[in-house]
Amino acid sequence: MADNDLYLYLLRLADDNLIVSQRLSEIVARMPDLEEDIAVANVALDHLGQARNLYTYAGEVEGKGQSEDDIAMLRNEREFSNSVLVEQPNGDFAQTTARQFYLDAYQVPLYEALTKSSDVNLAGIAGKAAKEARYHLQRSALWLVRLGDGTDESHQRIQAAVLAMWPFTGDLFVTDGVEERLFEAGIAPDLVPVRDRFDATITEVFGTATIVRPTDPYQRIGGRAGFHTEHLGHILPELQSLYRAHAGADW
Amino acid sequence: MPAPTGNGMTADELAAVTEAVEAVTDPEIPVLTIKDLGILRSVKAGENGEGVTVTITPTYSGCPAMDTIADDIRSAIEAAGSVGEIVTTFDPPWTTHWMSDEGRQKLNDYGIAPPACGAGTRVPVALGRITPAVAVDCPRCGSDQTERRSEFSSTACKAHYVCGSCFEPFDYFKEI
Repeated sequence: MADNDLYLYLLRLADDNLIVSQRLSEIVARMPDLEEDIAVANVALDHLGQARNLYTYAGEVEGKGQSEDDIAMLRNEREFSNSVLVEQPNGDFAQTTARQFYLDAYQVPLYEALTKSSDVNLAGIAGKAAKEARYHLQRSALWLVRLGDGTDESHQRIQAAVLAMWPFTGDLFVTDGVEERLFEAGIAPDLVPVRDRFDATITEVFGTATIVRPTDPYQRIGGRAGFHTEHLGHILPELQSLYRAHAGADW
Repeated sequence: MPAPTGNGMTADELAAVTEAVEAVTDPEIPVLTIKDLGILRSVKAGENGEGVTVTITPTYSGCPAMDTIADDIRSAIEAAGSVGEIVTTFDPPWTTHWMSDEGRQKLNDYGIAPPACGAGTRVPVALGRITPAVAVDCPRCGSDQTERRSEFSSTACKAHYVCGSCFEPFDYFKEI
């Protein structure tokens, strides 16, 4: 395992959470009802907390004195390694729900597997995140069914949304040398069983929701290596401008 | 105020500081102490022979109360005439099973339904189905005719319920 493998891997996990949290924060106060508004704020907060824990630990692993904020706020687009799924726009409520459902269906088995990591700090952070991810999945699965098995309009919208988000899901399962070496060291999990559970969750929930499962083989990958869709470049200025404008500010 | 130095901390002094730390309350639920909630994991004599080391664990990854809790612990330690270091741990992850019986009762009296307790109470939920996970009693009238409105409520650790008997909405401290 190379020295900075763990650092890079922690950033991948953290960046997924930070970017989806930022996306969800954009729509707080714009949800269809009050309960959902509170729910989306809570889910965004869970993801932000997970990102903070991972960035803080990444800073310790790197050992150059970088704080969680330094890592989150001072990197540029090409240095972000989130999957391209999480940076996709909120679109309508169906698209936000589809994006979240795919992420939840991936994060539940991922974090459960990470609780067995040989790195005890990562296992601890994952143990917390796994519990939260299970709640997120319950909520997003419920919405998928409510929309899919709802009115003609809601069915049509959620069907279109799961198709639109599908080509960005393959990026969640891309592995490279970093993850392979960490797998050898017992730190990162094997993504094959994670993907099996992701697939099983999709099959189960789409069946209940009367949604036709996408089969499009085209997948837009590259996020882990810093090759993003056009959207990330618009998220980062809003996220980072305050921190960069007032370097070193503390509040 | 003489700060303890070296290995000068006596058992009595440690007990006094421990008591002060245990009395720190949760800023969101001021009727509960961090000990009641299980957020406080341990208070030990500092490893470098000075003051105390307090270990805490967050309820949720994004719990915004953790900074305030850490500040309050620091103040409590100083007020007890000592110095201390605060360590945050994630392992083992916090669970509602750590909440004391006294804490559950206080929570209920405060108007928040306490989490279902005991290992194994977590019911496997069929995804996409609205399933009544566990019976939650209304903290106001005690009725079990309650309905979950949302998995999430005023804070990340609570779900939103409404009582079918007295029709009051209430928070349920959800089990994790």
